[in-house]
Amino acid sequence: MELRQIPAAEEILGPSPGQLLRRRIFGHKGLMIGGVILGIIILLALLAPLLSPHDPYQQSLVKRISKPFWHPDSKPEHPLGTDHVGRDYLSRLLYGARISLLIGFCVALISGVIGTALGVVAGYFGGRIDMVITFIITLRLSLPFVLVAVAVVGLVGGSLQVVIIVLGLLLWNRYAVVMRSATQQIRNQDYVPAAEAVGCSTARILLSEILPNVLNSLVVVATLEMANAILLEAALSFLGLGVQPPTPSWGLMVSEGKDFLFFEPWLITIPGVALFLLVLSINLAGDGIRDVTAPESRG
Amino acid sequence: MLIYTLKRLALAVAVALVVSALSFGLLYLSGDPATAIGGEAATDADILFIRKTYGFDQPIYTQYLTWIGKALRGDFGMSYYFRVPVSQIMAARLPATLILGFSAIVFALVFSIPLGVIAAIRPNSWIDRTALFLSVMGQAMPSFWLGLMLMVLLSVWLPLLPPSGTEGWEYFVMPTIVLGYYAMPAIMRLTRAGMMEVLASDYIRTARAKGLLSGSILFKHALRNAIIPVVSVSAVQFGFMLGGSIVIETVFAIQGMGYLAWESIKRSDFPTVQAVILVFAVIYIVLTLAADLINGWLDPRIRVT
Amino acid sequence: MAKRQSKDNPDVVLEVEGLNVDISVAAGELHAVRDVSFIVRQGETLCLVGESGCGKSMTALAVMDLLPRAARRSAKALNFFSMDLLKLGEREMADIRGDRMAMIFQEPMTSLNPAYTIGNQLKEVIIRHRGVSHLEARQRAMFLLEKVGITAAESRLSQYPHQLSGGLRQRVMIAMALMCEPELIIADEPTTALDVTIQAQILHLLKDLQREFHMAMILITHDLGIVARIADRLAVIYAGQIVESGTVQEVFENSMHPYTHGLLSCIPVPGKTKRGEFLGSIPGMVPTPIGKLNGCSFRNRCSYAFQSCSGQNPEIRALSLNWGYRCLLEPEKLKSPCA
Repeated sequence: MELRQIPAAEEILGPSPGQLLRRRIFGHKGLMIGGVILGIIILLALLAPLLSPHDPYQQSLVKRISKPFWHPDSKPEHPLGTDHVGRDYLSRLLYGARISLLIGFCVALISGVIGTALGVVAGYFGGRIDMVITFIITLRLSLPFVLVAVAVVGLVGGSLQVVIIVLGLLLWNRYAVVMRSATQQIRNQDYVPAAEAVGCSTARILLSEILPNVLNSLVVVATLEMANAILLEAALSFLGLGVQPPTPSWGLMVSEGKDFLFFEPWLITIPGVALFLLVLSINLAGDGIRDVTAPESRG
Repeated sequence: MLIYTLKRLALAVAVALVVSALSFGLLYLSGDPATAIGGEAATDADILFIRKTYGFDQPIYTQYLTWIGKALRGDFGMSYYFRVPVSQIMAARLPATLILGFSAIVFALVFSIPLGVIAAIRPNSWIDRTALFLSVMGQAMPSFWLGLMLMVLLSVWLPLLPPSGTEGWEYFVMPTIVLGYYAMPAIMRLTRAGMMEVLASDYIRTARAKGLLSGSILFKHALRNAIIPVVSVSAVQFGFMLGGSIVIETVFAIQGMGYLAWESIKRSDFPTVQAVILVFAVIYIVLTLAADLINGWLDPRIRVT
Repeated sequence: MAKRQSKDNPDVVLEVEGLNVDISVAAGELHAVRDVSFIVRQGETLCLVGESGCGKSMTALAVMDLLPRAARRSAKALNFFSMDLLKLGEREMADIRGDRMAMIFQEPMTSLNPAYTIGNQLKEVIIRHRGVSHLEARQRAMFLLEKVGITAAESRLSQYPHQLSGGLRQRVMIAMALMCEPELIIADEPTTALDVTIQAQILHLLKDLQREFHMAMILITHDLGIVARIADRLAVIYAGQIVESGTVQEVFENSMHPYTHGLLSCIPVPGKTKRGEFLGSIPGMVPTPIGKLNGCSFRNRCSYAFQSCSGQNPEIRALSLNWGYRCLLEPEKLKSPCA
C-alpha cells in the first residue's frame, strides 16, 4: 500500500483579537446607544459654562415659570422655560448634569476602592479573613441603606460633599461580593500558585496577576453602582436631604417642581427624563461591556 | 438541614446585634445630641439638664445596653416629638408599610416570573425583547419621578385613582405599582436566566426523552429548579422595598414607617429614628434568614445530607 | 444501496432512510448527518461507531425527535414499525418516547433531576404512559431496580440523585428506560463516563436485559472493543455519513473502507500485534462538514486516495444483503492489511 503525501490541513486565519473586540463593540446595539448618549451627556456637562444661556443661579421673580419651547407662550431666551424663582431651566439642566456625573464618578470611585479592596482580600486569602469580611458584607446588606443614608445626611446636614462621602461609604457591598467571587475564581487558576512558588510577594501577585483579570467584572459593577449612586442622590435631594438649594441637582429640581405638578408638569418631566436618560445610558453601556468582554455570561 | 438552620440562625442573631449597635450609634453622628435637641436658643444650663434627663452623660456602652435591653422588651423610649412611646407610633405606622411592601412584591412576582419563563422559552422572540426592554426601562427610572408621573396621569388627566392617603385599597394601587416596578427587572432577568440554564440541562433532555408533556416538563421539572435563586432575591428585594418605601410614602403621603423615619430625621427625634432603623434591619434579617431556610429546603442537596 | 428488508417485514423495528440533520452555524450550514440509512430488527444490537463529533449522537436524537432547536432533520423515510415518524406531531411523538422507544444518555451525573427522588422520576414514566396507580408504579420501579442490580431497592426509591454514585445513577437511567418495556432502546455512549470496571458490568447488564425483554438496541460508541463484545451489526460513521456497515463478523474480518481499516489497526491485538510494532494511526483531522461538500470526506487522510475521489461523494456499494461500504475502489484493491 503506497503512502501518499497527505496535504496538510488548511489554516484558517481568523481576525485578530483586537479586530474581533472592535467588531463586537460596534455590533452591540446597547453598548453603542448607551455609549453615544452617555458621551453626549458628558460632553454637555463639560461644556455647560459655554452652552448655558444664563447663570443657573440667577433668579428673577419677574420671569417666574415661563414655558418651554413647545408652548405657545415661550420666550426665546429661555428655551426650556424657568423655574419657580425665575432661573433658566436649560442652564440648570446642564449644570445639573455636572452634579449627577460628578456624584456618579466619585461615589463609584470611593465605594469601588473600598469594595474591591475588601473583596479581593477576602477572595485571595480566604479562611478567617474571608469569614470576617463576609460578615461585614452581610452587616452592610442588612442595614436599610436608604434609611441609613437619609438618617446620616439628615443628622449631619446635607451638601454635595456629605452625599458623596456617605454614599461612597455605603455602596461598596456589590463591589465586595463580585470582586470576592472573581478573585476566588482566579485564585484557583494555576498561574497564581505558580507565581507564589516563584516567590512573588503577595502585594505583587494581587496587583499584577489578580487585578488585571478581575478588571472586567469591576467595570461592569462600577457602571451599575454609578447609576445607582445617581438615582440615590436624586432621591436624597428629592427628599430635601441631599444637595441643598440653590445647587442645581436634578433630583432637587424635581422636588422643587412638584408643587407645580398639576399645572406645569414639565418642571418635573424635564429633569426626570434627563435622569432617566443618564441612568439608562450607563446601564446599557455597562451591560454592553459585560456582553462584549465575556460573551459566555450572556443570558 | 438542622446544622444549616442553626448556622444561619446564629449568623442572623450576630448580625442583628451589630446592626443594633450601629443604628444606636448613628445618633452621635450629629455631634452632641443634647445640643441638637436643645436647639440654637438653649443655654449651657439647658443643655446640661437635657443631658442628664436623657441620660447622655452616661458612657456610651451603658446607654447602648440600656437601650437594647428595653428594646428587646418592646420599649423604644419616648418620641421627642410626639411625646408618646415610640412603640405606639410604630405600631400605628407599620401596617401601612407592610401592606405596601407586601403588595408590591406580590405585584412584582406575579408579573416578572411568568414573563421571565415565557422569555426563556422563546428567546429573542418579541416577548423576550419586550420583557428585556421593560426591565431596562424599569432599572433606569427614578422611583419618585415615576410616582409623580403616574400621579399626574392617573389622578389628574384621567381621574381614576386618588393621589394620596391611605383610606382604602385604591390608595395603594399607584404606590404598589411604583414600588413593585423597581423590583421587576431583577426578578424577571433572574427567572429568565435561570430557566434558560435549566432548560438546557441534561435532566430536561431526559424528561423529554421520557415522553413527558411540555407542561409537566416546564412546571414540574424546570421551574422547580430555576426558582431557587429567585426566592432569595425576592426576599432581598422585599427588604429593599421596605427601606425604599421612604420615598414612595413621601410622594404619596402614606402614613407608614418610611414617612415616619423621614419626619423624625427632620425633627431630630432620635429615639424614633433609632427604633425605625432597627426594626427595618431586623425585618430584613428575618427575611433573609427565611429565604435561606426556604432555599435550603427547596434544594434537596442541602435538605437531605 | 444494499437491499434492505421492506417495511412490510414485521421483524423490522426501525427503518431509517436518507436521514439528514442540518444546523445553521455562524460559518454556514453544518451537515451533521448526511444521507444516513440503516435498519434495526427485533432483538438485534446495532452499533453506531465513530469518533467524537462524527454525527452519531445527532442521528439518535434525530430518530427520537430530540434535536436542539437550531437543528433541522429531513429524511426519505423514518419508520418505527409501521408508523411514519416524520408525520407525527409533537404530542404523538411524546406518546411514543419513553413508552415504546427509550433513550439512555452519556452523563449519568447530570441526567437526573436533583430536586426529585429516584422513585418519583421512575414512577412518572409509567404513570404518564400507562396511567397506573402510584402503588403499581412503585412496584414496577422496585422490580426494575432489582433487575438492574441495585440492592435495597426500596430504600433507593426515596433517595435523591446526589446520594448515588455514577454507576448507580446509570443503572437507574437504564431502569427508567425500561419502565414501559420499550421495543427499541437507544444508548448513547452509556459507559463512557464510568470507570472501566463498571463499564463491563453495565454492558453485560444491557445485553442481558435486551435478551430478556427482547428489545432492539442501538448502541452508540467510539470504542470498537465494546462493539466486538455486544454488537450484532455495526455502522461506521465518518463526518456525518455511514462509510461502512455490516455484521460484526463481516466488518471485523474483512473491513473494506480505509477508515475502518485505520480504526481497526489502531487497536493492539494480543497475539497478533508484534512487539515494538507501531500502532496504526490515521494522520490528519476530521473535517467539519460545513457548507458545500465535494467528493469523499475521507480523501485527505486516505492512503488509497486518487484523482476521482475529489469529484463526487461515493455511493454505498453493497457486498451482500446488509454489508456495504462507501468508496470508489473495488473490494480487491482494499484488502484489509489486518487480515
